[in-house]
Amino acid sequence: MEEKRENKDLVLDIQDLDIRYETDDGVCRAVNGVSLQLERGKTVGLVGETGAGKTTIALGIMGLIPNPPGRVAGGSIRFFGEDLLKKSAHQMQQIRGKKISMIFQDPMTALNPIDTVGDQIREVILLHEKGLSRAEAARKACEVLEMVGIPAERYEEYPHQFSGGMKQRIVIAIALACNPELLIADEPTTALDVTIQAQVLDKLNELKQNLGTSMIMITHDLGIVAEMCDQVAIVYAGELVEFGSVVDVFDDPAHPYTVGLFGSLPSVAEDKPRLTPIPGLMPDPMNLPEGCSFAPRCSQACEACRKNQVFAERTPGHFVRCHLHAAKGEA
Amino acid sequence: MPEQLIEVKHLKKYFDTKHGTLHAVDDVSFTIGQGETLGVVGESGCGKSTLGRMLVHLLDSTDGQIFFKGEDITRVKREKLSELRRKMQIIFQDPYSSLNPRMTVGQVLGEALKNAGTPREEMENRVFELMDTVGLARRYLDTYPHELDGGRRQRIGIGRALAMNPEFVVCDEPVSALDVSIQAQVLNLMLDLQEQRKLTYMFITHDLSVVKYISDHIMVMYLGQAVEKSAAKELFAHHYHPYTKALLSAVPVADVHHEKKRILLKGELTSPINPKPGCRFAARCLYATEECFRDNPVLTEVTPNHYVACHHVRDINEEL
Repeated sequence: MEEKRENKDLVLDIQDLDIRYETDDGVCRAVNGVSLQLERGKTVGLVGETGAGKTTIALGIMGLIPNPPGRVAGGSIRFFGEDLLKKSAHQMQQIRGKKISMIFQDPMTALNPIDTVGDQIREVILLHEKGLSRAEAARKACEVLEMVGIPAERYEEYPHQFSGGMKQRIVIAIALACNPELLIADEPTTALDVTIQAQVLDKLNELKQNLGTSMIMITHDLGIVAEMCDQVAIVYAGELVEFGSVVDVFDDPAHPYTVGLFGSLPSVAEDKPRLTPIPGLMPDPMNLPEGCSFAPRCSQACEACRKNQVFAERTPGHFVRCHLHAAKGEA
Repeated sequence: MPEQLIEVKHLKKYFDTKHGTLHAVDDVSFTIGQGETLGVVGESGCGKSTLGRMLVHLLDSTDGQIFFKGEDITRVKREKLSELRRKMQIIFQDPYSSLNPRMTVGQVLGEALKNAGTPREEMENRVFELMDTVGLARRYLDTYPHELDGGRRQRIGIGRALAMNPEFVVCDEPVSALDVSIQAQVLNLMLDLQEQRKLTYMFITHDLSVVKYISDHIMVMYLGQAVEKSAAKELFAHHYHPYTKALLSAVPVADVHHEKKRILLKGELTSPINPKPGCRFAARCLYATEECFRDNPVLTEVTPNHYVACHHVRDINEEL
């Protein structure tokens, strides 16, 4: 993609990541040649529709791809220069929760229903901060609870005693308890109402800034990307079809799929007399088309699109996987 | 002003629970004109689905009246109800659980058509016609719901509702489970069908951008009550209730240059069980005074055809 930069501030450097699920019915190519860099303190958004492979990329980084049937088939995931794919299961356990944490979509199922919320936070601290006594860990758990805006008096309560928004804040507290370098948030507010979503996003932004955490924000909501992210990667059929700063991608969307996503989006801010949806459906990852995977749905697809694909820099830092729109001003 | 197809007066639905009476819908009144769409917006638990279900008689109301074309249909007998159901249909949120997994597309639509009184010899043609109408390819006739994606499943749900050739359709979050590109396809289909068949919709959703796109009028609900009601365009240009303001400001906008003026609400929804007197929103409201905790405000017309239920609407909005 580009020449290797020696960059101390590079938290995460993914190169040509391939993830496959091998099933009796065939091979599902869930992630195909994904390359992504994330700098310290920055947030990158992964946007795409159901089944695009966003969560699989996240699970790949966490070393949580279920094997079998899943398998990382190629590429590298460098975290501060060290390839996570070469780590043993034990080493990954040390990293997960301590250096890289993940927030899952559904706070109702991410918490243990028969354990108090305080103890669930304390567990992470005890596991990763050796040498702390149980009482010290409990004290730290209280601090973390307060940090996400839940009174420490509620330490002894169980998840069912909290509302959805508060449960998600507890999940965030668990993820941030050990000050991770990288936080992966997988649709953290999809299950929440919009006013509660605003509270949670606000909290997340505040904590991210205070702690200097880098973040990968997985979402299908372009509005959340505009508010939360520095960079955005549009994921389609396991590939990044467009990558760049949010300003570049939102002001100058180039890939026909990205343009289609914006056209499909009803907006509270502007009047659209009619939406312009993308025809058709995403291809089956068991049976991806030759060439560009979006070509069968693309109104501009040409001969070259059905044969091969390119991933080129349109303007500095703005990458597009498209024959027609790789260079600005063409087509 | 088109003829009013639906008129609802002081409709209430209370549920008895172990902990007291749950006021799911508490004194809601509105009208929907023929061929128009009323969007009902609110967060989970505000009573919007309960309201929709009462209109199509899937739930009995506790108090109040529902009129359909001027006729009181609040309490109807069984025979009358099946006649009524041909004119009023509902599309559910979740196309995964609202379809029988053991019935093929053809069987689901066929059953609905049979109930609508379609003669057997016409059946096959009518099923195909219906599939064409909702944009389902004819090759899916013998497929089961689990073989189809969410968008196509929702098209079956729409087809089933249209089999009766209804005049009024309650759409209960019909696109919430769908991805944006599929959501846009289904929304456009619903608008096309409305134009072709002069359908009247009550469109229930929590998504403000969807409601803006599809509605002529909008009613914002909070804990079982309507807090603001006006034409759709008007509501997005001028919103006067503190809850509507907070709700609209909370929606993330897909524009990096959009200026954010977010009003963060404190706290969360209070309980609808045995609600205290006074405004339901008072506990979270920035402007609440003693009066708000004492008297429940009623919907009042603040500008022509724009109704707000707030004691302080004129104090907090300079333009009024």
